[in-house]
Amino acid sequence: MTLSLSPPTTPTAPQPLQPQGWLRYLSFSTDHKVIGLQYLVCGFLFYLVGGALAGAIRTELLTPISDFLPRETYNEILTLHGTVMIFLWIVPVVNGAFGNYLIPFYVGARDMAFPRLNAVAFWLIPPAGLLLISSYFIGSAAQSGWTAYPPLSLTTPATGQVLWILSVLLLGGSSIFGGINFIATILKLRRPGLKLMQLPMYCWAMLGTSILVVLSTPVLAGTLVLLSFDIIAHTGFFNPALGGNAVVYQHLFWFYSHPAVYIMVLPAFGLVSEILPIHARKPLFGYTTMVYSIMGIVFLGLIVWAHHMFTSGTPPWMRLFFTIATAFIAVPTGIKFFNWLATLWGGKLALNSAMLFSCAFIVNFVFGGITGVALAQVPFDIHVHDTYFVVAHFHYIVYGGTVFVIFASVYHWYPKFTGRMLNEHLGRIHFLLTFMGFNLCFAPQHWLGLNGMPRRVAEYDPQFQLINQLSSVGALLMAISTLPFLINVLHSAFKGAIAGDNPWNALTPEWLTSSPPPVENWIGEAPLVTEPYGYGLKPGELDLAATSGRQLWSSGKPDNR
Amino acid sequence: MTTLSTNTQASTEHQVEGHGAHPDFRLFGLATFLVADGMTFAGFFAAYLTFRAVNPLPAGSSYELELLLPTINTVLLLVSSLTFHRAGSALKAGNNPLCRRWLALTAALGFTFLAGQMKEYFSLPFGLTDNLFASTFYAITGFHGLHVTLGGLMILIVWWQSRPGGRVSEHNLFPLEATELYWHFVDGIWVVLYGILYLL
Repeated sequence: MTLSLSPPTTPTAPQPLQPQGWLRYLSFSTDHKVIGLQYLVCGFLFYLVGGALAGAIRTELLTPISDFLPRETYNEILTLHGTVMIFLWIVPVVNGAFGNYLIPFYVGARDMAFPRLNAVAFWLIPPAGLLLISSYFIGSAAQSGWTAYPPLSLTTPATGQVLWILSVLLLGGSSIFGGINFIATILKLRRPGLKLMQLPMYCWAMLGTSILVVLSTPVLAGTLVLLSFDIIAHTGFFNPALGGNAVVYQHLFWFYSHPAVYIMVLPAFGLVSEILPIHARKPLFGYTTMVYSIMGIVFLGLIVWAHHMFTSGTPPWMRLFFTIATAFIAVPTGIKFFNWLATLWGGKLALNSAMLFSCAFIVNFVFGGITGVALAQVPFDIHVHDTYFVVAHFHYIVYGGTVFVIFASVYHWYPKFTGRMLNEHLGRIHFLLTFMGFNLCFAPQHWLGLNGMPRRVAEYDPQFQLINQLSSVGALLMAISTLPFLINVLHSAFKGAIAGDNPWNALTPEWLTSSPPPVENWIGEAPLVTEPYGYGLKPGELDLAATSGRQLWSSGKPDNR
Repeated sequence: MTTLSTNTQASTEHQVEGHGAHPDFRLFGLATFLVADGMTFAGFFAAYLTFRAVNPLPAGSSYELELLLPTINTVLLLVSSLTFHRAGSALKAGNNPLCRRWLALTAALGFTFLAGQMKEYFSLPFGLTDNLFASTFYAITGFHGLHVTLGGLMILIVWWQSRPGGRVSEHNLFPLEATELYWHFVDGIWVVLYGILYLL
C-alpha cells in the first residue's frame, strides 16, 4: 500500500468549495459530481413511474380477465414499463450516475475527459423520457413491447411507435456520448503513475460496459431508423408483406439488446466489487481474474445474441453455436461469483444495509444466472419461450441483480454524496421488504412459465389465478418497500448523523477527501492510490479506528509488500 | 495527427489549473465516436448482405447496378482524401494560403461526388419503396451521402476559419485534424460500400 500525498506545499488561496445551492442540479453543470447526482435523481423519478406501471400490470393480473385495464392499454403499459425501467432507470443510473460520480475519483482526475459532452449526455435524458411518457397521453403509446418486433410494431398505432423510436434514439445517443467519455477518462485521464491494473474494479467494469455501448448501441440506432422508415415511408425492410425480413430486425435488435444486459449488469458487478471488500475488511479476491472475466464477458456478450431467437426459425448450426457461446459466459460469471464469496470468506463482516443488499444481489444473481444457462439450452428454451419463466429470469437479473446493487450503492455512497449517514434501521426495513417482496413477486413466475402462462397478455387461464395473486402481493410489498427508502433519503439529507470524510474506513480515492467533496475533488494534488483494496492488515500495521482516510494512508506502513 | 493543441484548450476551458486542464483528448474522443458510427454502417451492411442472401426480389428487379458513375465517384473521394492530407501538411508548415487552396479543392471534390450521387439517383429505374434492394440501396447510400454533406460543410467551415487572422493555424490544428479524420473515415466507408453494394 503506497500513497504519495503531495508534500504540504505553501498554502495558496483555498480553492472555492462547491456552491451549495440546489439550483445547480437543475443547471447545465459540467461538474461530474453534479451530473452523477442528476442522473441518480432523474433515474429514480423514472423508477417511480416504471414502478407505478408495474403496479398497474400486477393489479390487472389479479384476475384472469381483462377488467382493470383494457387490452390495448395493458399493452401500452407493459411497453412503457419495460422501456422506462431499462432505458431511463437502470442504464442511466448504473452507468451514468455512479460512473460519473466515481470514475474521475478512481482515476485521480478533477473531472471527466469531456465535461460539456457529459452534460449534453445527461440533458438528453429528461426530454427523451417526457417524450416517451407523453406518447401515452397524446393518442396512444407504443404497444409492441420494449423489443418493438415487426410486424407487430408496424401494425400497432404509428404515432406511439414513432415517438417510442425517437425517444430510444435520444437515449441511445446519450448512452454513446457517455460511453465515449468513460473510455477517454479511464484510458487517457489517469493520474500519472497510476497503472491500469491498479484501478478499482468499477473502472474495469465501466471500461468493458463502455466498449459494449460504443460497439452495439449504434446498431440499434440504425435498426430503429430503418424501422421508422417502414412505419412512415412504407418501405419493406422488416415487413414480410412487402418482401422484407422480420428476422433481420430481431438479429440487429438483439445484437444491441443482449449486450444491453451486460450494459446493465457489468457496472453492478463493479459496484458490488467496491462495496464488499470495504464492509468485509478484506482485499478483493482475485483482482486479475476479475479483470479478465469482465473482458471475457464483453467479448462473449457480443456473440451470443441469437439465443433470444431460438423460436424464430434459426437454423440448427446457429442454435448450436449460440447455445455453446452462451454457456461459455457462465465461466467468467462464475469466476466473479466465487471471487465475491472468497472476498467475504473469513472477513470481518459489517452486516449494514449496503452489505445486506450486496449479499442479496449475489443470491438473486446466481439464481437468475442459473435460469439463464437453462434458457440457453434450445430444447428447454423452446418449451418456455415467451412464457413467464423468461419474465422471472430477467427480473432476477435486472432487479435482483442490478437494482439491488443500486440500492446497496446508495447506502454505501450516500455519506459521500451528502456528508450525512442514512438511517440504518430504516435501511434494514427497506432491505427486508424489498428482498421478501421481490422473491415473492418473481419466484412463483418460474412455476407459471413452466406451466405455460404466456407473457405480455392481459388475460390468462383461471388455473393460474392463485399464483398470480401471490406474485401481486409480492409486487405490493416492493411498492411499500420504496417508502422507508424515500423517507430515509429525504430525512437523512437534513437530519442524518454527520458522516465525516470516511465513515467506512475505506481506501478507495473518493473517500480520501471531504464529504461532499470540493469542486476540484481534492484540495491539493490527487492521492496516488495504487492498492485500493489493502484491507485486513495486522492490527499493528493499520489503525482501523482512524477516522480520516488520509491518516489511514499515512500510518507508516512498509512500502515493500 | 498527434500534435496536440493544448494552448487553445487551456484558454477555452474553464480555468488553467483545475477542471478541464489536461491534454487534448478530443481527437481520441472523435475516433471513438467514429468507431460507433462505423458500427451503424456495419449494421446496415449486415442487413443488406442478409437480405441479399435470403430474400428473393420480385420478378423484373435485380441487385445489379450501373458501374461507371459510382466508379468515377470512388476515384473522386479517394483523390479528395489525398488533397485533404496535402492541406494538413501545408497548415503544419505554416502555409495557410496553400492549405486553403487544397481545402477548397477537397470541398469541390466532395460536392462533385454529391452531384454525381444525385445524378445516379435520378437515373435509376427504381424508387425508395419499389423493392427490398431499392430501399436498402437508398438507405445506405443516403446515410453515407448525409455524412459527405456534413463533411463538406465542415471543410468549408475550416476553410473559412483558416483565413488570415482566423482561429485555425499551425498553432491550432484541431479543427482541421478532426475534419480530416472524419473525412478519411467517410471515404473509407465509401470504399466498403462500393465493394458491397456495387461490385458484389
